[in-house]
Amino acid sequence: MTDSGMFGARGTGDTSGYGGLVRTAASAGSSERPYGGYFDGVADDLERAYPEFSTAIERVVVDRGELTLHIKREKLVEVAMILRDSLKFEMCMGVSGVHYPNNVGRELVAVYPLLSITNNRRIRLEVTVADSDAHIPSLVEVWAGNNWHERETFDMFGIIFDGHPGLTRILMPDDWQGHPQRKDYALGGIPVEYKGATIPAPDNRRSYK
Amino acid sequence: MTISDPYAPSRETTEGTVFSVTGGDWDSLVQEIGSTKEERVVVNMGPQHPSTHGVLRLVLELEGETVTEVRCGIGYLHTGIEKNMEFRNWTQGTTFVTRMDYLGPIFNETAYCLAIEKLLGITNDVPERASVIRVMMMELNRISSHMVALGTGALELGAITPMFFAFREREIVLDLFEMISGLRMNMAYIRPGGVQQDLPDGAIPKIREALAQMRKNFKDNTTLLVGNSIWLKRTQGIGYLDLAGATTLGITGPVLRSTGLPWDLRKVQPYCGYEDYNFDVITADTCDVYGRFLIRMNELEQSLRIIEQALDKLEKLEGAPVMVADKKIAWPAQLALGGDGLGNSLNHIREIMGTSMESLIHHFKLVTEGFNVPAGQVYAAVESARGELGAHVVSDGGTRPYRMHFREPSFNNLQATSAMSEGGMIADIIGAVASIDPVMGGVDR
Amino acid sequence: MGLKMGLEEKIPSGFLLTTVEKLAGYMRKNSLWPATFGLACCAIEMMAVGSAAKYDISRFGMEVFRASPRQADLMIVAGRVSNKMAPVLRQIYDQMSAPKWVLAMGACASSGGMFNNYAIVQGVDHIVPVDIYLPGCPPRPEMLMDAILKLHEKINVEKLGSNRAQVIKEVELAAMNAKPTHEMKGLLA
Repeated sequence: MTDSGMFGARGTGDTSGYGGLVRTAASAGSSERPYGGYFDGVADDLERAYPEFSTAIERVVVDRGELTLHIKREKLVEVAMILRDSLKFEMCMGVSGVHYPNNVGRELVAVYPLLSITNNRRIRLEVTVADSDAHIPSLVEVWAGNNWHERETFDMFGIIFDGHPGLTRILMPDDWQGHPQRKDYALGGIPVEYKGATIPAPDNRRSYK
Repeated sequence: MTISDPYAPSRETTEGTVFSVTGGDWDSLVQEIGSTKEERVVVNMGPQHPSTHGVLRLVLELEGETVTEVRCGIGYLHTGIEKNMEFRNWTQGTTFVTRMDYLGPIFNETAYCLAIEKLLGITNDVPERASVIRVMMMELNRISSHMVALGTGALELGAITPMFFAFREREIVLDLFEMISGLRMNMAYIRPGGVQQDLPDGAIPKIREALAQMRKNFKDNTTLLVGNSIWLKRTQGIGYLDLAGATTLGITGPVLRSTGLPWDLRKVQPYCGYEDYNFDVITADTCDVYGRFLIRMNELEQSLRIIEQALDKLEKLEGAPVMVADKKIAWPAQLALGGDGLGNSLNHIREIMGTSMESLIHHFKLVTEGFNVPAGQVYAAVESARGELGAHVVSDGGTRPYRMHFREPSFNNLQATSAMSEGGMIADIIGAVASIDPVMGGVDR
Repeated sequence: MGLKMGLEEKIPSGFLLTTVEKLAGYMRKNSLWPATFGLACCAIEMMAVGSAAKYDISRFGMEVFRASPRQADLMIVAGRVSNKMAPVLRQIYDQMSAPKWVLAMGACASSGGMFNNYAIVQGVDHIVPVDIYLPGCPPRPEMLMDAILKLHEKINVEKLGSNRAQVIKEVELAAMNAKPTHEMKGLLA
């Protein structure tokens, strides 16, 4: 196992020189009006139906042909109700969680893609919370299909949805410790044994990021 | 109270007595249950069950034969694919994604690749031939997926012959997949930027032959089941879910179309050139299992139509590239069948080793490191055989996904089981779940 | 291995035992009934084998996939076994009555496959004793039938009674003295 001499890798063996770089995930900045396409119509309708629009919305981002509304979590249920009833976004495509451990104070994000069948439109809602206070109001009252999605996001990220009828683990066994899809949770996995060598698990291999 | 039967022990819990039946005398068990004052019985249709369409656990509360409550327990196939993909580069993600909904691998791959192409901004640069091949593969996959849905659905309700016919058709489609991509299932054929390799020579006549064969074969199942009085009794009026219930639960696909709403992403938000094809959106307005069954049967015919149109287009586009032109993204290797199986084609090796230094560098960098995708997030959806399959991809500018979440149609559709089955009988749950057609690999990912 | 199965276990070693072994092996291999344990993609290939559409398993008399583990002899673990499913797998294996065999179908059942992570059991032999491993992702139906045929050969020569105890001792001794895989150096070890 331990070979000496001038050849062979010591440490990670990464010779690219980029091993020490830390990449921070930069979030997109707010977009300016006009947004283009039907996004202006959506923003106007929302402002008309919800006068406190500017207090609830943190940011509006238009990127790659998609509109994202960053909402404050206290106003989430209100905005969702208005989007569903007045702007006719009847379907919510679920909840997706993202964990940005480098954004201290704004680590956990829940993303809700919405679909309007009447108007054939798609937008996205985003709610950001801090790790220390990972509570988001539940949207099961607004769209019943979010029931399992919120359970999954709780299971995988640890975001607690207040008001959910039964927030338990859904994908992992009921007594599992930890929230697997967070960035500080290891991938798990064991070293793989081959004839003559052992390859470490995927998250421990040297790699080019 | 406890029975002394060693094969059917019981234990007291906070919810009452729990009996574990592992054999022994049924009469003594019934006597014990009968002597408790409970009217309701909680039965576990466990994850290993021939009729629950995969590793789905159903917890039923019964009053006699009527179901008062049904709950789904999922997660028995959770594979952690989404987290695993954060440690692989973008192209390697295709092999992981393809195993989520294993009956519709091409749909998974297409949703994922469309999302990456949106992030890269090359949606319009994907060559037309690649888009046409993608459409053809997706429709072939729809046929094979509906065949499994029909076959296993019929099997679970007691009809055994349709399964033989359905799997016979499926074998025809799998032969085509094997000819085109090399594998029958989980092919990893659709790559970001195009498809892995072009159709082999002589593929188009073979596919046309197979289509004619399938058209003839579909009649076997139709004559067996459509109008069959036993089938009608078991499927009509069962598993009722109307439009309001479907929209609030986020249900898409044949279940939504059985309420009468013609919502099909191929028509309303077309991708991969679907706006250039002539096909109908099949709906039913009975909102029940029979309606969904008819929808799936008729979608098979529509898929055949689309494939024929795709073949006509492919004949016109003979020789066109199947990968995006940008060499910094396009998967470099051309595969060819050699003496020891499918491997890098000798032409390609000659080019990278002999003639072009850039090709060698691109090949090396793309295979070891992968291409970089600019930061941002995107949601791309396709209409899979089960409904809207959406990929929410977040990139941080690197060669690996930062976060990849799939919105699987079966995950939402399964939530409708309670709404469809409560108040009915146990046997109707089977029909309802079969009509939802969940694939547990997609539900649990 | 090591399960007491009845009268044939009590026969003393010798000519009579070998005849009974041959007979029992022949009978058992020709009437193997699989248990339904299809989990993921490999289950679909298993259904293709069982459905008699193109690849027919009933040529071996095995098309009856018994839902009840009591009536099954062979558990074909087809697909990835997650940590949540593992206790269920063990319970089904325990509920099967001896003699029973396990076929780990596919890469995920044999070794965890491409999913080397927190959620998947890295090889179903962590939970149940496996008699035959079948690689592939998913293995073709012909590969599954080949594995079943190899299993038939193995069952055919399976020893009983005191001969079996002898075989178990030898196998265990060989395994204890065997070289671990990561120390097998040299080309094509």
